[in-house]
Amino acid sequence: MEANRRKFLRIGGTCALGLGTSKVWGVFAEDFEKPAENSKALGVGRWGMAIDMKKCWEKGKSGCRECILACHTSHNVPDIGNRKEEIKWIWTEKYENAFPGRLSGLEPPDLREKPFLVLCNHCENAPCARVCPTRATFKRPDGITMIDYHRCIGCRYCMAACPYGARSFNFKEPREHIKSELNHAFPTRESGVVENCNFCEERLSAGKAPLCVEACKEQNCEAIIFGDLEDPESEIRKLLAAHFSITRKPELGTKPGVYYIIQGRGHA
Amino acid sequence: MLERALSGSSRYYKLLGVLLTLMAVGLAAYLIQNERGLTVTGMSRDVSWGIYIAQFTFLVGVAASAVVVVLPFYVHDVAAFGRITILAEFLAVSAVAMSLLFVMVDLGKPSRILNIIFYPSPGSILFWDVVALSGYMLLNLFIGWNALEAERKGTCLPRWVKPLIYVSIPWAISIHTVTAFIYAGLPARQYWLSSIMAVRFLASAFCSGPALLIALCCLIRKYSRFDPGKDAIGKLATIMTYAMLFNLFLLGLEFFTAFYSGVPSHSESLKYLFIGLNGHQNLVRVSWLFVVLAAAAVVLLLNPGTRQSEKMLLGAAGCVFASTWIEKGLSLVVAGFIPNPLGQIYEYSPTLPELIIAMGVWAVGFFILAIFYKITISVKSEAAR
Ligand code: SF4
Repeated sequence: MEANRRKFLRIGGTCALGLGTSKVWGVFAEDFEKPAENSKALGVGRWGMAIDMKKCWEKGKSGCRECILACHTSHNVPDIGNRKEEIKWIWTEKYENAFPGRLSGLEPPDLREKPFLVLCNHCENAPCARVCPTRATFKRPDGITMIDYHRCIGCRYCMAACPYGARSFNFKEPREHIKSELNHAFPTRESGVVENCNFCEERLSAGKAPLCVEACKEQNCEAIIFGDLEDPESEIRKLLAAHFSITRKPELGTKPGVYYIIQGRGHA
Repeated sequence: MLERALSGSSRYYKLLGVLLTLMAVGLAAYLIQNERGLTVTGMSRDVSWGIYIAQFTFLVGVAASAVVVVLPFYVHDVAAFGRITILAEFLAVSAVAMSLLFVMVDLGKPSRILNIIFYPSPGSILFWDVVALSGYMLLNLFIGWNALEAERKGTCLPRWVKPLIYVSIPWAISIHTVTAFIYAGLPARQYWLSSIMAVRFLASAFCSGPALLIALCCLIRKYSRFDPGKDAIGKLATIMTYAMLFNLFLLGLEFFTAFYSGVPSHSESLKYLFIGLNGHQNLVRVSWLFVVLAAAAVVLLLNPGTRQSEKMLLGAAGCVFASTWIEKGLSLVVAGFIPNPLGQIYEYSPTLPELIIAMGVWAVGFFILAIFYKITISVKSEAAR
């Protein structure tokens, strides 16, 4: 429903812009700064991400957390300060945890020790959305897995269902734990609801790339590539066609939208 | 008939008093949880369901008390059960009421619970479970109440109730099946991802339900003028015996697949339960207690000498109830989250507020049960005179 409404607003907004009544529509849909790019966004098939791990390790400064910081500050993600109730949208794990069951034990030490970026996979066949008893978690036509924070009842069925541990629950009032400066342009959450990465849908609809992608670019690293998985001409598709990549737990049939390039560009 | 719940012996009042006190304490703890959030519980982002959802799961099983009596009585004319159908149905009502309450106290946003109905989601098993459970509770409430009314008036059951009774039988199977499906359909949790889950739920339901019913019948016989009948209790014991054996057999099947196949993701949770995983052993002791209780139940039930003595039977019923509680009301749910989907181990233990809230919900259930049983017994002993 929400997705349809958004799409409607977007289409409506684009049409309205064409008629020169952008101001009126702008009142209803705030995300309309860039009509040209936005109308391009209308035609997207499925958003996806490719992460070039080798590039991240080799070109990024050691211990770089810029993508995580950019995401968490902008999305008002609280810093709860304990593992039990931790809230995270994007974070790092070791290879053996990001890809459990894949460890042979003899891989290069680099691979075993270096951090892997993990986040919601925006699975095409998302178990979290399937099990939600209120459709508060839902799939948008463009592939993004979204949560309606105002509809979520906090049953945490989606957390039991997500095979990647990508969902966080607000065990307590999160607002007191937002350590960075509050971003008034993005909603904060309340105690008792689930949240996770939204692929920066608020930026996509304004024609901008996700924050983690931007932050990585700013580090001159460009290890995170974002784009339309259904467009064979997109940068991400070309990249995936040229390099061996893996997804997390493909055997579960969730069809993750986040790909990991292990060999690295220029190595393959 | 309701007025019969208001007058009773001092023992009855004392019982209600104790239950009301426990409910009040539970409510106080719940208000704290509501204020501070689920942070007051032992649940975490890794073990995101705990004792509440486990109690919910176990209590859905207890509701099978009704079908194990109703099916033989109405379909197979097992006359001995005629005396206890109403007791069995009201036990089911209170068990389902408790399980629904446990879902409620587990919610992060309980005020939004009606969203399940406002935005019905046929793809969600939890949605179907809420539908199945509420329906089953209402069915048993209607049937039990009308049967009791008929008994009081000395008439036979109104005709429109009969079809409801027949509907209630497959409906009973559905509540266990759907509850099992909550678990058995998740790709993320290998411990639950087992197609025999629904059968396992039915088996453990068909032993935990009768176990509690046997205990209640013995209590009623001891403390009231109404006698549920030795025959009925004996037949319940037989059903419980077979169900318990089947239950353990099914659990054995899980062990076989997990360990003979050697697939790590299939055996890790079982290892965590029985020997501990990487030094994490929170549930090892209670798992072995399960083994001991289950073994004791089997020995007591298979031996005709012990099964026929009321005291021993009560002991056996206690062992059955406690062992199924450990398995469904604790370890099945918790071990499903250990290790987590990333292969890491974060353990769970319930906190004091969590336990107090759980106790409060149990008290609500037994309060409902006490009231219904009081009414039933007073009608029945009057009718007998
Ligand atoms: S990674 Fe988890 S939260 Fe994200 S879409 Fe897949 S199942 Fe849902």
